[in-house]
Amino acid sequence: MSAYRHMKRIELAASLMMAAFGFHVIDATAQTLAGRRGQVGTESPDTLELNSSTVSAWRSEVSVTPAQTLDGEALHRLSGMSVSDAIRYFSGMQVKDYGGIGGLKTINVRSLGSQHVGVFYDGVQIGNAQNGTVDLGRFSLENMEAISLYNGQKTTFLQSATDYASANTVYLVSRVPRFESGRRHNLKATLSTGSFKTVNPSLLWEFRLTPKICASLDASWLYTSGEYRFTYAKKDGYDTTAVRQNGDVKALRTEIGIFGNMTGGSWKVKAYLYDSERGYPGAFVRETPGFFRNEDRQWDRNIFVQGSLDRHWGIYRLAAKVRYADDFLRYVSDPRKDVSTMYVDNRYHQREGYLSLANGFSMFPWWNANIAVDWKFNDLDSDLQGFSFPQRSSLLSAVASTWNWKFLKAQASLLHTWINDRTTDGDVSNRSRFSPAASISVRPIKGEDFLIRAFYKRSFRMPTLNDLYYVQVGNRDLDPETTDQYDLGVTWQKRWSQGFWRSIEGNAETYFNQVWNKIVAVPARNQFQWTMMNLGYVEILGSELSATAEAAIGSVRKDELIADVRLAYTFQRAQDLTDPQSEWYGGQIAYIPRHSMSAVAGLSWGGYTLNYSFLYTGERYESSANIPENHQQPWYTSDISLSGSWPVKGHELMARLELNNIFNQQYEIVNCYPMPGTNFRIVLSFAL
Amino acid sequence: MRRSLAFISAIMLLCACVHEEPVIRPVQTRIEGATAFDGGFYLLNEGNMGSNKCTLDWFDGQSGIYEKNIFGYRNPRVAMELGDVGNDLKIHRERLYAVINCSNLVEVMDAGTAAHIAGIPVPNCRYICFDDDFAYVSSYAGEILSGPADRLGCVVKIDLGKMEIVGRCEVGYQPEEMVISEGRLYVANSGGYMAPDYDDRVSVIDLESFSLSGHIHVGINLHRMCLGPDGSIWVSSRGDYGSRKSSVMVVRDDAVTDTLDVRCNVMTRRGDDLIVYGYDGKNTVFSSVDMRTMEISEGFIKDGSESRIRTPYGLAANPHTGEILITDATDYVTPGKLICYSPDGRKLWSVTTGDIPSSIAFY
Repeated sequence: MSAYRHMKRIELAASLMMAAFGFHVIDATAQTLAGRRGQVGTESPDTLELNSSTVSAWRSEVSVTPAQTLDGEALHRLSGMSVSDAIRYFSGMQVKDYGGIGGLKTINVRSLGSQHVGVFYDGVQIGNAQNGTVDLGRFSLENMEAISLYNGQKTTFLQSATDYASANTVYLVSRVPRFESGRRHNLKATLSTGSFKTVNPSLLWEFRLTPKICASLDASWLYTSGEYRFTYAKKDGYDTTAVRQNGDVKALRTEIGIFGNMTGGSWKVKAYLYDSERGYPGAFVRETPGFFRNEDRQWDRNIFVQGSLDRHWGIYRLAAKVRYADDFLRYVSDPRKDVSTMYVDNRYHQREGYLSLANGFSMFPWWNANIAVDWKFNDLDSDLQGFSFPQRSSLLSAVASTWNWKFLKAQASLLHTWINDRTTDGDVSNRSRFSPAASISVRPIKGEDFLIRAFYKRSFRMPTLNDLYYVQVGNRDLDPETTDQYDLGVTWQKRWSQGFWRSIEGNAETYFNQVWNKIVAVPARNQFQWTMMNLGYVEILGSELSATAEAAIGSVRKDELIADVRLAYTFQRAQDLTDPQSEWYGGQIAYIPRHSMSAVAGLSWGGYTLNYSFLYTGERYESSANIPENHQQPWYTSDISLSGSWPVKGHELMARLELNNIFNQQYEIVNCYPMPGTNFRIVLSFAL
Repeated sequence: MRRSLAFISAIMLLCACVHEEPVIRPVQTRIEGATAFDGGFYLLNEGNMGSNKCTLDWFDGQSGIYEKNIFGYRNPRVAMELGDVGNDLKIHRERLYAVINCSNLVEVMDAGTAAHIAGIPVPNCRYICFDDDFAYVSSYAGEILSGPADRLGCVVKIDLGKMEIVGRCEVGYQPEEMVISEGRLYVANSGGYMAPDYDDRVSVIDLESFSLSGHIHVGINLHRMCLGPDGSIWVSSRGDYGSRKSSVMVVRDDAVTDTLDVRCNVMTRRGDDLIVYGYDGKNTVFSSVDMRTMEISEGFIKDGSESRIRTPYGLAANPHTGEILITDATDYVTPGKLICYSPDGRKLWSVTTGDIPSSIAFY
């Protein structure tokens, strides 16, 4: 998003600052599995049990709302370092990737926009009151156990009010200590290295303190130069190759967790630190080679501490969560290093306090209810001139209920969001909205996991602190951006413990979404000033098809040879219907392909696995003016990984080799941000 | 399994036929009812920053054909086309010069064909003007004084024969447009990076020695410049976008003699009139000023069609026909429009341009 148009360079500075806002302020949270174990009530098959014995862990869950999960071995077989590398295989998911390990990676589900996706880490939402987006490139795959995407909302019976608040939700679940019988310690050391001068050592230590309490310490350090060769070419025209510069990253991540069990429940405490320095390589545009060099730099420090308690007493069950987060960002652009730039040295400091209480009641096997209240406090400080130091208090209250009658399951929820914003210059504003959601599913054939389901959900994205208060650009009169989602789908799955076929799943979903009052930056009838307005209206019609199959195709030396395949296809017609007078009315919105697909195939035998993954993104346009100047070619990538594990004197050695973009496709996802060509990675780990 | 593998190979084959992006052909539009004149004009579209979408259009005065986006097609070998954010466009001695701000270069083309001749690197370049064998380019990238935030702008001197920089003169903060009069170059300093402590000076450079000869205090956040019929220098101030409104000042004998109460984002000279428009906090006001009598008459558009211009951005007067050209940047992210008005202020035609149409140069 570009900021106010004073002069080109002022705009550069401002957009860098916006980029700094938008790109990087992120915090991460940790909590634990959303208390799914030992649940009371009639939780049917939408539980997210981690079953590491299942080879294929691509699962479209048989849940009331569409859900996709990737866990266990299938997650770790995929090439890639960060969560964003794995999440791109989900149906309906667009990852906006600025390239390289350090480049921003945000997600957009079903074209509603990245600010409509709630991302939860260990059960608590990763907040960013400043710009509302989360960089998934910061979350390592190494310590993840499961990634799930829910269209609409997750439908477990006990969840926090925040779980009902987003149009779509992604849950990242990190590792929980598990001990083999008789063991008190787990120690695992991992080293990964590969292209772009990447070095990434990590250490995991888990230990049992008492029979009911255990702890874990997880630390990792990452360095990458971010340098890679890329080519821009036109047919029968120019063909230019350059090396991506100033994309280096140094990052340290440490997590400490303490996990406890008690009669009827469990508790967890987690502390998290992420500290990084990175270069910002910027857009690749025409420049005289060798004359100017981008030297912008950014520092981030994210800290949080959070705790949760989950316990039941008879028909009543309580889930409580508490969290404090502190995020710091500094962005520097220095003309002494890069002669063409404007001097920028800005610091931003965000804090968040969060408290959540969810109360579940399971009165009858066929009916349960949840009453949840969340309170959140955010503030934002900056050394920007004219900054108004906004503070935000949010109160979210939700009531939800689930009914089960034989073949029918229905859920309804109502969320109320109240937001109070105030600034040091005395501005106070309140916003309040109700968001209803309802879903129904029918299981027409007894004993079969065949489900017909439908849901409706209205949700709001409150204007971010940037939208409201960004110097010169913010507009304090904004309304929340509204989405309406209508979804109809069928899902079927079957599993066998013996024989050739082990599991087959199929999924078909069709949906219609509307985005009202879309918050966009517009020029205020004056070339020098921009402002945020509730202007846009978008309609999205989409279909998703996916199929997964797993088969035992033979056995070699007593070990079964298991093969699995997953195919997913997404169609989206996302139209900008903002201004009927516009020449570009009805154009496909920026960066949304009509067609996209993914395919993943795996082969496992004994301790070895081989994985092939393929992604295809069809042609797109960079703006709703669907003209050749804004056209982007389709792209596809193919990745291969091979991994194995071997016992060494009672310990375990694991190795994985990844070869990514094997056909060296030159492509970009965001205009002027080239993606890497063929690259590799080697991962070695040793578990004591 | 075999079937699945076959399916995957089929997908791979399907996708293996992804082609390289072709060179984009210009879109030609015949404009009905356009007044014919000798020559034509080029229009430079800035393109959004970081999008590398600066493009060049050509309007042929004889045939009335508007050709959108010609540079890439006529110069397919120039890597990354015209570049990122075109800030100024001028013609001098059969050559067309485009100042590409975020590509940090001045693109030199043949004025008849728009064929690429050279790209001269100038960091953070803004505007260009000419004096015989030399071009002068204003740039934000001057000397750093007490600290990185305290950095002067400069004017660089380019030898048009050698196509290289032969001199540099430090001026005020963030210099913009320039005019040359009687052996002296006047440059308007904005101080936009220093907001709210804007610069308020016009710097004066003696061209003989190419050195700074002094400053004239004119008004805050200066931007546009043009010469008056009597040798006066007209300078626009952007104001502070708040309580201090934009305005136009007249400089005679190195002193401000008049300050006009007229809102000014852009201005251009047509004969003895200054055509100007600016935002008054609610609306864009279109005015013309008699440069001899200083008389301001509001609303040079007479048919009410200005309300359909969403984001007025560029302005030019056709020296052959007296028509006025106004560009509309619309929402900045989709292509803009060029609107042509008759000399008496009636809308004649409009055409779709590239993204953020701004500077116009007549040939």
